[in-house]
Amino acid sequence: MSNYTENELAKDLENQEYKFGFTSDIESDTIEKGLSEDVIRFISAKKEEPEWLLEYRLTAYRGWLEMTEPEWAHVHYKKPDFQDISYYSAPNQTKKYESWDDVDPEMKATMAKLGISMEEQKRLTGVAVDFVMDSVSVATSFKSKLKELGIIFCSFSEAVQEYPELVRANMGTVVPHTDNYYAALNSAVFTDGSFCYIPKGVRCPMELSTYFRINQGGTGQFERTLVVADEGSYVSYLEGCTAPQRDENQLHAAVVELIAKDNAEIKYSTVQNWYPGDKNGLGGIFNFVTKRGICGTRSKISWTQVETGSAVTWKYPSCILKGDYSIGEFYSVAVTNNYQQADTGTKMIHLGKGTKSTIISKGISAGKSQNSYRGLVQIHKNADNARNFSQCDSLLMTDECGAHTFPYIECKNSSAKIEHEATTSKIGEDQIFYCLQRGISEEKAIGLIVNGYCKEVLNQLPMEFAVEAQKLLTISLEGSVG
Amino acid sequence: MKIAMLEGLAPTSILLDEKELNSAQETLATNQLPTTRMEAWKYTRVAKLGKTKYVLSEDDTVSSIDTYKISSSATTFVFVNGHFSEELSSDEIPEGVSISPLSACMEGEIDSTNLVLEGELFNALNTAFLTDGILIDVDAKTTLEQPIQILHILKGEASLSNFKTIIHAGDFSKAEIIQGFFAEDADKAFANVTSEIRIGQNAFLTINKVQYEAENTSHISTEQVDQGKDSTFTINTITLNGGLVRNNLNIAVIGENCTTNLNGAYLLKGKQHIDNHTVVDHKVPNCNSNELYKGVIDESATAVFNGKVFVRKDAQKINAFQSNGNVLMSDNASVNSKPELEIYADDVKCSHGSTTGQLDEEAVFYLRARGLSEKSARKLMVSAFIGDVLDKIENEDVLNFTHKLLKDRFAWDFE
Repeated sequence: MSNYTENELAKDLENQEYKFGFTSDIESDTIEKGLSEDVIRFISAKKEEPEWLLEYRLTAYRGWLEMTEPEWAHVHYKKPDFQDISYYSAPNQTKKYESWDDVDPEMKATMAKLGISMEEQKRLTGVAVDFVMDSVSVATSFKSKLKELGIIFCSFSEAVQEYPELVRANMGTVVPHTDNYYAALNSAVFTDGSFCYIPKGVRCPMELSTYFRINQGGTGQFERTLVVADEGSYVSYLEGCTAPQRDENQLHAAVVELIAKDNAEIKYSTVQNWYPGDKNGLGGIFNFVTKRGICGTRSKISWTQVETGSAVTWKYPSCILKGDYSIGEFYSVAVTNNYQQADTGTKMIHLGKGTKSTIISKGISAGKSQNSYRGLVQIHKNADNARNFSQCDSLLMTDECGAHTFPYIECKNSSAKIEHEATTSKIGEDQIFYCLQRGISEEKAIGLIVNGYCKEVLNQLPMEFAVEAQKLLTISLEGSVG
Repeated sequence: MKIAMLEGLAPTSILLDEKELNSAQETLATNQLPTTRMEAWKYTRVAKLGKTKYVLSEDDTVSSIDTYKISSSATTFVFVNGHFSEELSSDEIPEGVSISPLSACMEGEIDSTNLVLEGELFNALNTAFLTDGILIDVDAKTTLEQPIQILHILKGEASLSNFKTIIHAGDFSKAEIIQGFFAEDADKAFANVTSEIRIGQNAFLTINKVQYEAENTSHISTEQVDQGKDSTFTINTITLNGGLVRNNLNIAVIGENCTTNLNGAYLLKGKQHIDNHTVVDHKVPNCNSNELYKGVIDESATAVFNGKVFVRKDAQKINAFQSNGNVLMSDNASVNSKPELEIYADDVKCSHGSTTGQLDEEAVFYLRARGLSEKSARKLMVSAFIGDVLDKIENEDVLNFTHKLLKDRFAWDFE
């Protein structure tokens, strides 16, 4: 082995720059900080929204004023000052893009830095991308091709203009604005997001993807995603997030609603890499997200998430298994380093007969971080022969981090079968020794072991994402061996 | 005082520390009964306790103490509605141990409590209205040949018993305590029990706890255990009857090289509700803890298991295992299980598992194919399931007594 020791490497990597920490110099149209009914009216007017949506926002806002911030999560942070956030920031654009060539070159460069060059993606992967920067959707590629199949994939505000009935009928049905504090806030001030509709019996031929980025300082990002898969359809949806490096804590409170009608299947994958703050825990994104899907008969919703970013994560992608024989899946890898805190998990609500759910959660904590799994498996009285399998493993990398498990298992039906298991341990010295013996450096060995440990989840990701996720895992953990 | 159940009750006459009494009164004056909105009581409703008008019954006679004796050879102490019954208790106390009812203790003899009084309503209630209790002090380097048996019998309508057990296991000592909780013609009675246990260096202490009260009685118990260096503590909790039972088992492992074993079996029917709440707090390195709780839930009964393992910072080389199994026998039965791990050290091996299901139909079929009736096939399966826990009980008397109770209540023959 070379003289380059683990400690030196750790030092090198300690300040390893957050790869996506650049700011793009794009003129933005940002409103004054603060939250009031006027701000909501402003946002609504700016987006030329119909009356019902403004009403919806205002009802949500009034409800939100009555709510208090939840404190049960195993995270500690300074509560955001909701009056110190600007609720609308849009890249300055005067006209809608006619084609991809019209897009501001600076913005194109940003996307290229993010590794989602549209040209390239168009050519190589055929992924249709909706790009949301500072809450406003700036470009959607591949639209025409999808349209031939009757698939609607556009920004949320476009959907409100063009398919108001479809949006109105489905929005808020899975995550009502009364659901929780952050969902209410999002319902009041959301600025954009993605909308996707797959018609009956259509199998979406390509992966649909949304990229979220917070660019402007002092703003919050509140986007909404609504995916409706009509009977017998299939869609795979990807979501990626990044943000520039800043000393302040920025708030990201999104809502994702999935509706899988009878026999439909939705696969929703997330690679979350918001700025996690520096090594002293300064700055970073507060990621408070409500994600939920509802299943019709014999339908399936599958959540896959790789969480490596954010200073504080509070996120529970859930499935309501309402239809008989529906299936819910949750695959998660959550990595925390330095002072990051994550409280994440899922809820599987079994209402229908013969419903099945699988939960695989892998937590990795390094540095001084805290990583919690919090999950609920609820079998209702009529959910005959429901089946659940949960496995949540935690890996500890240093003696200053924490790994916690809080599973809630509630069963009201005697024919249900529920299994839950969790383990917490560190990487075995014998495993590392084995690798060292075969000439693999310690750093590489750890990467190898961690990737093996997460394989079950990474295998669920679409190909392009899996590669990115593996890289992210390695970067997030480099130099964190204790 | 806001809580209706406390009206007209006379404060305790036991010579407890003034400060503790004040603290308990303060809690009672400023707190309400816990509601299901509180995380620790999420699945257990205690509102009906607050609505019952309890009395402190002086009745201290029972029809026949022999039916309650778990072990015939043990040194026995009997408490009826929390009152010490000298007549029913053993005359002789073995050597190497001093035992006395708390009512006979002088001022200062009862050491300061390690219970949490602030905000813990039932602990405060127990302290402020303590009926009586027992102080067991096992001398250092003593091995007790026979177990000490404490029998607690609830009697009469709406009687309230606030009972406390204090156990000191001296360094290098070895002892076994059997605790039996029973009810006789008790209607809506309520036993609120606390135990404070201090285990010295290298001591071995085993507690076998049998809960067999009635379907309309309530029982809330809190065990606060401090485990010293190199000690081994085992507690087996067998709950077979009781309308509302809540067991809080808090174990603080404060010395290194300790072993902690928590085993529990609960068989429920009718409208019973049983809530086992355990906390094992590993504050220091090099310890092991094993937890095994299994339950069979029939008819409209509800079971709750909440197990929590803490591994504090720098408490390295901890092995902590937790396992909870539940079998639901009827469509109206329900179970809520919450096995939790909170770990702040990295060189540990911790795991937990929780299963909920029903008896394996294929196994039942296998047995039926070999000539067993459906009923006996199921009994055999249940006995095998619960047997994992009962096998941990080393005391034959306790085991036999448990089998007898199972037969009485569930007509399940386990022999």
